Amino acid sequence: MLDATGRIIATVAGEAGELSLFGFRAMRDAFRPPFEVGEVFRQVHELGLRSAPLIAVSGVAVGVVLSMHTRASLERFGAESMIPAGLAIALVRETGPLTAALLLSGRIGAGIGAEIGAMRVTEQIDALEASAVDAFKYLVVTRALACVIALPILTTVMNFCGMLGGFLAEHAASGMSLRLYFDRSFSLIDVADYVPATLKTMVFGFIIAVTSSYLGFTTTSGTEGVGRASTRSVVFSSILIIVSNVILVRLIFFFFPGLQS
Amino acid sequence: MTAIAGVRDERPAVRAAVSVAVQLDRVSKSFGGKHVLQQVSFSVAKGTGVAILGRSGTGKSVTLRTIIGLVRPDSGRVLVDGEDVCGMTREHLNTTRRRIGFLFQTAALFDSITVGENVAFPLRRHTDLKEREIRDKAREKLEQVGLESEYNKMPGALSGGMRKRAGLARAMALDPPLLLVDEPSAGLDPLTTDEIDDLLASLKEDAKTTLVVVTHNITSARKLADRLVMLHEGRVEAEGTIAEFERSDNPLVRAFMTSEHAG
Repeated sequence: MLDATGRIIATVAGEAGELSLFGFRAMRDAFRPPFEVGEVFRQVHELGLRSAPLIAVSGVAVGVVLSMHTRASLERFGAESMIPAGLAIALVRETGPLTAALLLSGRIGAGIGAEIGAMRVTEQIDALEASAVDAFKYLVVTRALACVIALPILTTVMNFCGMLGGFLAEHAASGMSLRLYFDRSFSLIDVADYVPATLKTMVFGFIIAVTSSYLGFTTTSGTEGVGRASTRSVVFSSILIIVSNVILVRLIFFFFPGLQS
Repeated sequence: MTAIAGVRDERPAVRAAVSVAVQLDRVSKSFGGKHVLQQVSFSVAKGTGVAILGRSGTGKSVTLRTIIGLVRPDSGRVLVDGEDVCGMTREHLNTTRRRIGFLFQTAALFDSITVGENVAFPLRRHTDLKEREIRDKAREKLEQVGLESEYNKMPGALSGGMRKRAGLARAMALDPPLLLVDEPSAGLDPLTTDEIDDLLASLKEDAKTTLVVVTHNITSARKLADRLVMLHEGRVEAEGTIAEFERSDNPLVRAFMTSEHAG
């Protein structure tokens, strides 16, 4: 029993160590030429722009649901006028960034894990290397940079669509105008609410890209391995995002103490 | 290793000469405790062809991969144009790789881009050619393998044989002086096999391309190779010319040569 537990701990620690080294290498290589600028933009399009519909629709749905819950709570205190501001703060500070990151860990993480895993088992990664191309830089660093660029943008889309969803729910419930709704939404939000919370999604993007690339790169056992890499990419990325979020929120509160009030 | 007439036996003192394109010097490699290559030594003169023969799992593909630096040997040296690929920096290795074409056993086409883009890929990465020139050159290479009409198709839409030919077109894109080919005829019909063999033979004869070919097909080996290297259980079992192999009394060599005659 102890032996088995020890083996599991050793395996997990080993994997965590390998993943960390993989991530450090991605960070280091991002600043070393040649810079695969064209491939980074292609990945921003593939991973980022193509995720926009998912994020937009989800954002509206989250906004509607949050608005309904907020109304149910604030109505008891006769504070319905606070609904737009309360919803906006909840969205911008936490719900938007975290929901966007978790949704994207599903879409992007699974995609990267499966794509790179398939390239591994079909020797395409070896073919890149044989073509005198640094496969790590071409596949991993470009995706990491693309995710770091795309996540804050998609989070902003999520926040905006969430507010739009909130407006739709509020308009249906009370007939509030669009202008009044957005005036109230932005009445309590300032830059310190938006910037740190949105920038932390750059870390989430890096986590998604590096974790799923690592699992794709280390794929074995043919198509079964590709499926496993895809699933594990989503699971591990999601767990790491949730855990790192705790640390990042703590750091944000440390550097922006005003946000705790 | 069986001694065959005319075969040098100077493995401990391998010397890099300008006329030698590839030289393996006592190369050993293990995977998970399994010895895949054990003290493998042979050389390939520039502009000639060497066929690596042997049963499945004897380390033929690993040998090719060590030459291009995809597999790093546990011990020994792999010299390409007199330079040890094992000790190269990545930049240096990539410079060397630009002079090497590699046809994978599975073709390994990039399946997210078209066949034409696959062939254009090395040109786009490593030449200063204009876009039009790149496309023309990619079409020319595809034409050489009889796939000019497949330029805009995705690799998934091709048959196994067509994928193999497209892989060969990509390997030839930069007109490399050294071509490593892993089982060019595996899974192909006899006519296509002949066409590919003829193409490779013409590259060797006309462009003086050095060929290292892994094959089970003695007919292909006869057409492409000046010398044969037979691997068995990770060791060089025999090395020599076709004529020397035909005269050999090594049971394994005889079995290979006989199987061809039987076929």
